[in-house]
Amino acid sequence: MGLLSDPNRRRALIGMLTRLNAPICMICYMAGVAWFMGLAFEPFTLRTYMSENAMGSTMVEERFPAGERALATGREFAAHKKKTGGMPVDWLVRTMQARGLEVYTQRFSRKLPFPDEDKERYMVKGTNVYGILRAPRAPRTEALVLSAPCSPGNENNQAVGILLGLAQYFRSQIYWAKDIIFLVNEHDLIGMQAWLEGYHHTNTTGMDWSPLQGRGGSIQAALSLELSSDVVTSLDLVLEGLNGQLPNLDLANLFYAFCQKIGVLCTTQGKLPRNDWDTTSGYSHAVQTMMLMVLKQASSRPWGDHGLFLRYHIEAASIKGVNSFRPYKTDATTVGRLLEGMYRKLNNLLERLHQSYFFYLMPSLTRFVSIGYYMPAFGLLALILLLRALDLWVQLSSPPTRTTEDGVEVVPASPGVLSILTPLVISHLTGVALYTLPVLSQELAVEHFPVSETEAVVLTAIAIYTGGTRSHDTHRLLAGEGTEQGWKVLKLVAVLYLAVLLGCTALINFSLGFILALTLVPLAAFITPHVPKTLSAVVMVILSPGLTLLFAVFFFQELQETPVTLQEGWMLYLSVISQGILDHALYGSLLYPLAALLVYPCWLLFWNILFWK
Amino acid sequence: MLLCLTDGGIALFCVNPTSWQIIVFIYIYIYIYIYIYMGNVHSDKAGQFFNSGHTNNWAVLVCTSRFWFNYRHVANTLSVYRSVKRLGIPDSRIVLMLADDMACNHRNPKPATVFSHKNMELNVYGDDVEVDYRGYEVTVENFLRVLTGRLPASTPRSKRLLSDDRSNILIYLTGHGGNGFLKFQDSEEISNVELADAFEQMWQKRRYNELLFIIDTCQGASMYERFYSPNLMALASSQVGEDSLSHQPDLAIGVHLMDRYTFYLLEFLEDIHPSSTTNMNQLFKVCPKSQCVSTPGHRTDLFLRDPGRVLITDFFGSVRKVEITMETINLSSPMEPLPERINCTVHILYMCINKHIIPTAIIMYYVPRQKLLRDVFPCT
Repeated sequence: MGLLSDPNRRRALIGMLTRLNAPICMICYMAGVAWFMGLAFEPFTLRTYMSENAMGSTMVEERFPAGERALATGREFAAHKKKTGGMPVDWLVRTMQARGLEVYTQRFSRKLPFPDEDKERYMVKGTNVYGILRAPRAPRTEALVLSAPCSPGNENNQAVGILLGLAQYFRSQIYWAKDIIFLVNEHDLIGMQAWLEGYHHTNTTGMDWSPLQGRGGSIQAALSLELSSDVVTSLDLVLEGLNGQLPNLDLANLFYAFCQKIGVLCTTQGKLPRNDWDTTSGYSHAVQTMMLMVLKQASSRPWGDHGLFLRYHIEAASIKGVNSFRPYKTDATTVGRLLEGMYRKLNNLLERLHQSYFFYLMPSLTRFVSIGYYMPAFGLLALILLLRALDLWVQLSSPPTRTTEDGVEVVPASPGVLSILTPLVISHLTGVALYTLPVLSQELAVEHFPVSETEAVVLTAIAIYTGGTRSHDTHRLLAGEGTEQGWKVLKLVAVLYLAVLLGCTALINFSLGFILALTLVPLAAFITPHVPKTLSAVVMVILSPGLTLLFAVFFFQELQETPVTLQEGWMLYLSVISQGILDHALYGSLLYPLAALLVYPCWLLFWNILFWK
Repeated sequence: MLLCLTDGGIALFCVNPTSWQIIVFIYIYIYIYIYIYMGNVHSDKAGQFFNSGHTNNWAVLVCTSRFWFNYRHVANTLSVYRSVKRLGIPDSRIVLMLADDMACNHRNPKPATVFSHKNMELNVYGDDVEVDYRGYEVTVENFLRVLTGRLPASTPRSKRLLSDDRSNILIYLTGHGGNGFLKFQDSEEISNVELADAFEQMWQKRRYNELLFIIDTCQGASMYERFYSPNLMALASSQVGEDSLSHQPDLAIGVHLMDRYTFYLLEFLEDIHPSSTTNMNQLFKVCPKSQCVSTPGHRTDLFLRDPGRVLITDFFGSVRKVEITMETINLSSPMEPLPERINCTVHILYMCINKHIIPTAIIMYYVPRQKLLRDVFPCT
C-alpha cells in the first residue's frame, strides 16, 4: 500500500511529525537562513552572460565626439533653470528643435494626499519636455527612451547636457531602426509617471495631465541618466523598480559589457567590485551588496526614474554617475560613447528583451543568482508554516478528552464560529483603520496637536499600530473566554493565512516575502497561549512588521556605510513610513496596503492567540 | 610464300605474291594501321577533353537565415554568387535564395550595400544581383521543389532549376545548422535525410550529371553523411560537434561580415579564372584548422571520377567546350517517338505531366485514379 494510504504507516508518519515538529522547524529555519546567506558565495553564483542573440557582442565603434560641448549645454541649462526657477521649458524646446527633434511638452499636476518633505505643498505642477528623433527609414513602430531628470538646484545639469549632446549626434546617423525619445522630466517620479500614463493612455493613479501630442512606437527599452559632475570616477547601475520589479538581466549585461569595452569602472549598489571571494572580507562584501539589493527591492519603491517603466513591460535601468576620490576620472565624451554603444546595440533588437532572467539577485555586477536558486530559501521558511499547520490539524482531529469531576469523559466542544470570526474581523478592521485613517484624519490631528501634516499622518499610523494591540480585549468581550480548541483553530487559520500571504508576496517580490518570513515565521510557529506572556509579548513586538522596518532602516544605513545615530534613525524611520504612504498614493506601490491590510492583521491574529486566555 | 589476309583468324584469301606485290601490301597494311592508330589518338584526346561529361552548369545558392545579426550569411552567399558569375555561369543558370533583408535593412549604415570585407572594400550586392527567392519564399519546401523540379506550372523560369542529365550543379548552403539539420529562417529545419532523398530524386530523374555540395554552417559535415546517390561530392566547413566561426566584424556596420570558411574559399576562388586547371584536391585544402579553427571536411566516395582530375571550373564556372569539326553529319533520320511501353520508373510522372498537362499540385494531392493506372502502368 502507498505511504499515505496505509493506516499504520500514516499513524507512524503522523506520530513522527508531531513528536519532531519543533526540531524540524528549527532545522528548516536555520537551513533557510543559511541557504540565503550562501547565495552570495561566489562558487554558488553564475557569471552574467549576454543571452540575446541580436545584441551580440560589443563590436561597434563609438564615435561620439562632443563631450565638452555637451557639458557647455549643461551649464546653459543650469543657468536657464536658475532664471526660471524651475524647468526652462522654452529654452529646452528651442534647443531640442535646433537639434532636429520633434519636440512636445506635457503639463501635469497632482494633488498629494499630504505634503512630504521634498515638496512641502499639496499641489505639484510641472512640465515634461521630450523630443522624438524619428528613425530615418524605419516605420514608427518601436522606440527607445533616454531620460534625464530636471532636478532643482545644481543637480543633474550634466545629465541633461549629455542628453542633448547625444541627441545632436544621433540625429546625424542613419542607422536607427527605432525612434529615440529624449525626455526631460520634472519632479522626478511624478513627472515620469505622468508621461508614462500619457504615453500609454492609462490613468491608474488619478493624476491630471495633458495628453501627449506626439508619440513614438511601443517602447522597447529605456535608460535614465543621472549625472551631476563634469567627470565621473564610476558609473552605478540601479535596477530596482516599483514593487520590487527588475528589468531583464540582459540590460545589466549590456551595460557591463560596454563598461568593460570602454574601460569605465562600473558598480552596482555603489559597491566596488572585488576579486577575493574566498576571503571573509570578500564574502562579506558580496553579502552586503546582495543585502542592499534585497532591502531596496523589499522597499517596493522605484530607486530611479526608470522604476516606473517596468510596470509597462519596458526594460529600464538608471545609470548614476559617481564622482569620488579616485585618481582615474572618466570624462563626458567617454560616458557619451558608452551610451552611444548601448543604444546602438539596443537598436539591433528585433523583439523585447526576454531571453534572460527577470527574477534575480546580484551579489555583484558580474554575478547573479536566478529565481531557481534563491526560491528554496523562502521555501524552507514556508515549510515551517505548513508543518505547524499539519501539527495543529492532527491535534484538532484527535482532541484529548477531559474528565470532569464526575468522572465522565467529556470531549471538549468545538469552538463556535463566532469565537474564530471575531478576532479575524477585528484584526482586519484594525488593518483597514491603519490604511485609511492616517491620511483621512490629518486635518483633525493638525488641529489638535502641534505637528505638520506629514508628521500627523505618520504618528497617527504608529498610534493605530500600537493601539491595535489592545484588540485582544474585544473578542473576550464579545465571545467570552476562549477554549483550547478555539485557539488551535484560530492558529491553524492564521498559519495558513500567513503561508499563503507570504507565498504570494515572495512570488511577486522575493525580498519582501523573505524579510517578512524571517521575522513572522518564528512568531507564527511558536506562539501559543501557554508560553510566558510578558516575554512573548516583547518578542512579538520586536518581531512585528513595524519594528522590522525600523531595524531594516538602521541596517540599510549601516550597509551604505553611512551609519546613523538613534535620533537620526528614528527621523529616517518616520520619513520612510510617510514615503511609503505617499508612494502608494502616487505610483501604486503595494507595500503600504500589503502591510496595513494583510500583514498587520495577521500579526494581530497571533497577538490574539497569545492573549487567548 | 603465302600471304593471307585474315579476319579474326579466318583466312579470307591467300595469294602467292611476287616481291613488288609484297611491298605494296606491306605499305597498305602500314597505312591502314597508322590511320587507325591516329584515329585512336584523336579519340583519346577528345576523350580527355570531354572527360567531365557535362554540357552546362547550374548553381543553387541558398542563404537560410534572416535578421540583421546574420549579415554574414548573406555576405557569404553573395560572395559565392559573384565568383560564380565571374567564372561564367549566367544569372539564368543561377537560383539565388536569400532573405534579402540586409541591404535595405534600417540598421544598415550603408544602405543598398552588403560588404564582404571590412573597411568596406567589396560591395557584393551591387546593381546587378538577381535574387530569385527572397524574403519568406526561402523555405524548405521551396528549396526541395527547386531541387526536384516539382514546381507549379506558373513558376517563372528564373525560379526553376532546369537542369538535365548533363548538368553539373553547384549547391551552396549557409546559415545556422546543427547535427543533422539546417535551420531555415528561424522557423523550420531541413534534415540531412531529406536532403539525401532530394538528391536521390534528382538522380533518378536524371537532373544532374555531377553535383558539388558545399555547406558552411556549424556541424556542417552532418548534412552530407546521409548521401547515397552517385556523383555527389560534398564539402563542409566543420565536423560534427564543431562550430563554424565568423571571420571579421566591421565596427562601422557593427556585425560580422563573413564566415571564415567562405572567406578563405573566396580567396582561393579569386585565383581561379575560366581556363585554370586547378583541381578539386586543392579545394579540399582550403581553410585548414589553423585558419578556420574548425576542421573542414569533404566526401568523395560517391563521386565516380577521381577528384584530382576534376577541374574547379567544372562546377564553379560555365566553361563551354567547343569542338570544331570539318565533317558533315547526317541528321536526316527522324526522331523516334516515345515508346508506349516504358520502364516503370519516375519518368511516369513526367509523361503524365506532358501528356495531360496536369498541374503538379493536383498530382500531389489528387490523382484521378483510373487515368493514372490505365495510362501509366501499361506494363502491369
